[in-house]
Amino acid sequence: MNEDVLPGVGRLKTGGWLHYLANPARFLRVATPALPWLAAVSLLLCVVGIVWGYAIAPADWEQGDAARIMYVHVPAAWVAMAGYAALAVVSLLSIVWRHPLADIAAEEIGPVGAGFTAVCLVSGSLWGKPMWGAYWVWDARLTSVLILFFLYLGHVALIRAFDNKAHGYRAAAILALAGAVNLPIIVFSVQWWNTLHQGNTISISGGSKIYITMLYPLLISTLGFYLAFITMVVARVSAAIYERKTASALLAVAER
Amino acid sequence: MRTPKKRRLYLVLACGLCFSAAVGLSLAAFSTSLTYFLSPRQVVAKAPAVGQSFRLGGVVEAGSVLTTLAGETPTTHFAVTDGRAAVNVTYTGVLPDLFREGQGVVAIGSMGPGGSFVADEVLAKHGAAYMPKDVEQSLKQAGKWDPKFGPPPDASSWNTMTVKAGS
Repeated sequence: MNEDVLPGVGRLKTGGWLHYLANPARFLRVATPALPWLAAVSLLLCVVGIVWGYAIAPADWEQGDAARIMYVHVPAAWVAMAGYAALAVVSLLSIVWRHPLADIAAEEIGPVGAGFTAVCLVSGSLWGKPMWGAYWVWDARLTSVLILFFLYLGHVALIRAFDNKAHGYRAAAILALAGAVNLPIIVFSVQWWNTLHQGNTISISGGSKIYITMLYPLLISTLGFYLAFITMVVARVSAAIYERKTASALLAVAER
Repeated sequence: MRTPKKRRLYLVLACGLCFSAAVGLSLAAFSTSLTYFLSPRQVVAKAPAVGQSFRLGGVVEAGSVLTTLAGETPTTHFAVTDGRAAVNVTYTGVLPDLFREGQGVVAIGSMGPGGSFVADEVLAKHGAAYMPKDVEQSLKQAGKWDPKFGPPPDASSWNTMTVKAGS
């Protein structure tokens, strides 16, 4: 798999650790023992964040209890976007460095990211009806997130659409990289255009427009959602590697 | 030194640059139609023709709301402002729960013959600030913020503020 047989020729600085991580056997050696810990910590953080947010944190002065949807909606939205960014990065690794593990990761990130995007869309829609007065409006924020959902679904379909897997990986990587322009559009949509969706509450540079006892459960739940995403992707990638190993072992037996 | 990897990397970067530029330019060109609503200032400067449907967005002007009941259905008159201009709106029907003076709203409808906007639907736009009721109350009592007159003050002045129990 490593085309770089001549030492030092065309090696970027990142090549070393990229090659280290890209080895499927090494990935399994790191991932298999880490997986139960990842799963346990992410479950714990999700439960703590959501129970705190739904039962202990104060209700919003204006929206009342409806504001509690944010402990699910906001983390799901952040993870959906971060997941697509990860998809774009592994697609770049796949298309430029042809790492076999990057292809597997791209194949496995898609359905998980689509799931988080669906949670974001459905929870937002359920909040929108009582608060805005409409389940759905075609403003720039909502439309760009819907496009993100379709990009995920398109990627899931395209990467599995070819008999020759390598063709599917190449085509899907191009789709994922092209779709990455949607990410800044989602982030800045509430600033560039008038939208019905509210502006940013959390900001890293300035003060966040949220009371501190509502911010803590939101951050815990966000961390939980991120770790849950990582857990699901790592588990799926490990399963895919074992699947391939089994298939090639069976093929070797059949050819004997 | 041109290895296949480097060539592919430059190719991806060049394609990405061109594609982003194309998307950026088309978004800039379509920016007016991507805007979900027109502000009162835009409507006053160049009002759409009577009967032509559009969305009007802004803040409900303090002291402008007047509701009359005709049988079971309420008709509400209010003004939507962006601080510089205001447009009078008439809406018949039940308003969303978040509707109040000082709230951001988006009204869907068209200009009526009398120069006021006739809304078929009114959506409430929620602000980005989240705080418990007692924090809002104590900001109000301290005279730092009245929700009727726009968004809350700078977040650092209240997002860690301690509130006396029972206040």
